[in-house]
Amino acid sequence: MQWQIEFLLFVILIIAALVALGIRNLLAAVVTLTIFSFMAALIMIYMGALDVGFTEAVVGAGVVGIFNVVAIFKTSRKSCD
Amino acid sequence: MTVADLPPRGDIGAPIQQQVNPSGTDVAGAYYIEYAYRDTHTPNMVAVVLADYRAFDTLGEVIVVFAGAIGCFFILRRRT
Amino acid sequence: MKSQTDSPIIEVAARGLAPVIQLIGIYVFFHGHYGPGGGFQGGVLLAAGVLLLRMAVGFENSQVQVPSRKTLILCSVGALIFAGTGLVALLMGGNFMDYAHLPVPGMEAADIRYYAILFIEIGVTMAVMTALISIYDDLLGT
Repeated sequence: MQWQIEFLLFVILIIAALVALGIRNLLAAVVTLTIFSFMAALIMIYMGALDVGFTEAVVGAGVVGIFNVVAIFKTSRKSCD
Repeated sequence: MTVADLPPRGDIGAPIQQQVNPSGTDVAGAYYIEYAYRDTHTPNMVAVVLADYRAFDTLGEVIVVFAGAIGCFFILRRRT
Repeated sequence: MKSQTDSPIIEVAARGLAPVIQLIGIYVFFHGHYGPGGGFQGGVLLAAGVLLLRMAVGFENSQVQVPSRKTLILCSVGALIFAGTGLVALLMGGNFMDYAHLPVPGMEAADIRYYAILFIEIGVTMAVMTALISIYDDLLGT
């Protein structure tokens, strides 16, 4: 099989996770988490689990991003750690 | 190379697909694959397993979402 | 977030896009018997369409589609449809969630299971869709 595609998806997944951990701007962190969820969905679809990938794409990349953005707008834009 | 010796994903001849239960019967997935259409007349096997054979699992999933909505209602909603 | 956006482009685009998202949600829900999809994904897509309207045209203007005070009631009704179907099967002499014992005259057991799966998917869709909209409204604090 074409393992290069899956390797590239895993690399983008890990980079997105590290960027979401390290970034200070919380809105950018939410966008990066959305990229993480979408890459996880693509990996699941590549593995053949269509239903799980569909659920991950819809929930993780759609609704959770909206909820995080609303929570950030109700609190503060910057992380203070 | 240990990784290179692994069978390809989804290979029907892989050793994990050849196993039987300790009781001697086939694995549980064999029943679903064989009788899912006969039992429910539904072509999609995943829907049959999620909503019929394992409906209790899906019920717990819905209860979890419902409990989240109820919790947000009682904690966050302002009295008007 | 607090009120209607100033840009007319965002409002027009959201009002054009939300029915398409909801149509895809309904397709995914009804196509769950024949392909990937089902109640959970269809419900989340329907909720995403409503949430797009809530974000774009403001909270008060989007009360027409799904009123904010009815969301939790519909969520309870959806969960009750699911659990009630199983309870009816339990009362009619089968196991819990054994749809073949549902009291539907004139159908064989496999067809009863087919329509019972569709019926409980309606419950899952209602519960998930309205639960997500209710969580959004509560997070917004109105």
